[in-house]
Amino acid sequence: MNQFTAIVRARTMEFIRDRGTLFWNLLFPVVLVVGFSFAFSGENDYLFKIGVMGDTSGSPVSLLELESAEIIEYSGNRDDVIEKIRRHQLDMLIDFDAALYFLNDESPSAEVLRLLGSGELSGFSEQAVSGSSIRYVDWVVPGIIGMNMLFSCMFGVGFVIVRYRKNGVLKRIKATPVSPFVFITAQMASRFIIVLLTSIAVFTGTNLFFHFAMNGSYLLLLLVTALAILTMISFGLIFAARLKSEELTSGLMNLLTFPMIIFSGVFFSLEGTPAFMQTASKFFPLTHFIEAARAVMIDGAGVIQIMPNILVMVGMTAAFLVIASALFRWE
Amino acid sequence: MRIENLEKNFGNVQAVDGISIAIPEGICFGLLGPNGAGKTTTIEMMEGILTPTAGEVYFREKKIDNYFKKKVGIQFQNTALPEFITVKETLELFRSLYPKPRSIDEIVEICSLSDILDRDNRKLSGGQRQRMLLGLAIIPRPEMLFLDEPTTGLDPQARRNFWELIEKIKAEKTTILLTTHYMDEAEILCDKIGIMDHGKLLEIDSPENLLANHFNGALVRLPHAGRSDLEIGDGILRGDHLEITTDNLDRTMRELLGSGLNLEGLSIKKPNLEDLFLKLTGTLLRS
Repeated sequence: MNQFTAIVRARTMEFIRDRGTLFWNLLFPVVLVVGFSFAFSGENDYLFKIGVMGDTSGSPVSLLELESAEIIEYSGNRDDVIEKIRRHQLDMLIDFDAALYFLNDESPSAEVLRLLGSGELSGFSEQAVSGSSIRYVDWVVPGIIGMNMLFSCMFGVGFVIVRYRKNGVLKRIKATPVSPFVFITAQMASRFIIVLLTSIAVFTGTNLFFHFAMNGSYLLLLLVTALAILTMISFGLIFAARLKSEELTSGLMNLLTFPMIIFSGVFFSLEGTPAFMQTASKFFPLTHFIEAARAVMIDGAGVIQIMPNILVMVGMTAAFLVIASALFRWE
Repeated sequence: MRIENLEKNFGNVQAVDGISIAIPEGICFGLLGPNGAGKTTTIEMMEGILTPTAGEVYFREKKIDNYFKKKVGIQFQNTALPEFITVKETLELFRSLYPKPRSIDEIVEICSLSDILDRDNRKLSGGQRQRMLLGLAIIPRPEMLFLDEPTTGLDPQARRNFWELIEKIKAEKTTILLTTHYMDEAEILCDKIGIMDHGKLLEIDSPENLLANHFNGALVRLPHAGRSDLEIGDGILRGDHLEITTDNLDRTMRELLGSGLNLEGLSIKKPNLEDLFLKLTGTLLRS
């Protein structure tokens, strides 16, 4: 066994035998996914959500007076709104300027709305939209798995190396002929395997019950996940480079991971948030993973569509690794 | 192995202040000193773990470099071991880090590890842990072995067992540098001794020569002398406690009897390293 595989093996065994951590790494995201799927499966206050575009004043439509309907006015690109109908986030769109209305026949509301509007919308022509519904749980699952990846990468490499430095394991290793490069890459490799496997396990396990929407390629999703894990591990290494105090490290990591989780769109969409928040989120590795994973799963995006996210993650990984290796000290 | 005018500062604190030592091949050299004397700092500079502020470290007349790491074995004073893995797995991990490691069986034999091979590192007793750490240190068949306070905190039986292991390694003609608090340990294991205090080397010689040079004859102790105006031989009064080094025991005893002092508890003995240490540093080694 050479130096590299021996260190990878020892570190991985350490993780697997630490039942508490292993259990936590697998159970925590599952509990979140299940919890969120129940929390957001409740009935809406409104029976229908109807979008309107253009000038509504000329043709009063009693549909819009329905107490059970939430009316949302849209301006801008109509295709974006049609996309919402495709995902069942909106039941109907009426474009008054173009005299068109859109319904999704895969949604049970389409038939009712068509009946209700049949008289008044006689001058309008119907356009069919199709697409199965996207539940909140489909949307949130990449976020939760991404968040779990972030914790596991930061604390599993960055924090552990600081602990090794403090308790003398690092000093003991330094006294052997191992180079820092071999030692650190072995730590990364072990964590990479662990995080990739736990993420796959969590996704596959919860998928058995929830049957997440998957409109893209599993292979691409796997590649995006692998790249994101590398980026996050490299990020954690910056903390591992010099810090000696576990308390300080854990404080700093929490200080950074919590804003990332809130502002990377794990639990809610950043659409409609202030511009500076959206800009700030672009600096977080997690944002790019979540965007890319959602694009693949929900929109069926291919490599080309998510290329910007991929490039940013590759660039971040390189930058983090350069910074971490420039800062690294055994002591 | 040789060090020349080694110095180390930590901020304003001068931990090691110009130390030179030459250790001939195949001997066991003991570095003694009270807590905070600079023993660990010195040994870590010799290991190549700490960079000296000034001075040089030579091994076989060459400055130490990365290659040196393949030739030395080190047992640190405080080392955490990787958690959740067994003694055997730890030995295998460290074996894989060296180009030509000793076999597991040989390490187990030298360090008497057979009964704890499958035990988790976290469940080792103090003595077992030190045996295991010694096992890690001898993996590369070191030409130079550093042992930093290997028996501190062990009970007397475990310390004696550990000495036997060191004797086995000495028999392989390995050069050893040992730091310790215990004078009996140094007297039994070491061929040469350096006594350190406040970052400086006070004395360096074989245990026999050190004693011969500093003490003639016997040491008379009187626990409750109670008077300091007395002049008998080389009498030193520490508080209530009178200590006299004498090469003429007969005359000293007559003087004491004639002095009218309370002789309750008087003891006469051959001075050992403990006494020498007290004389040189003015402190008890383990205080």
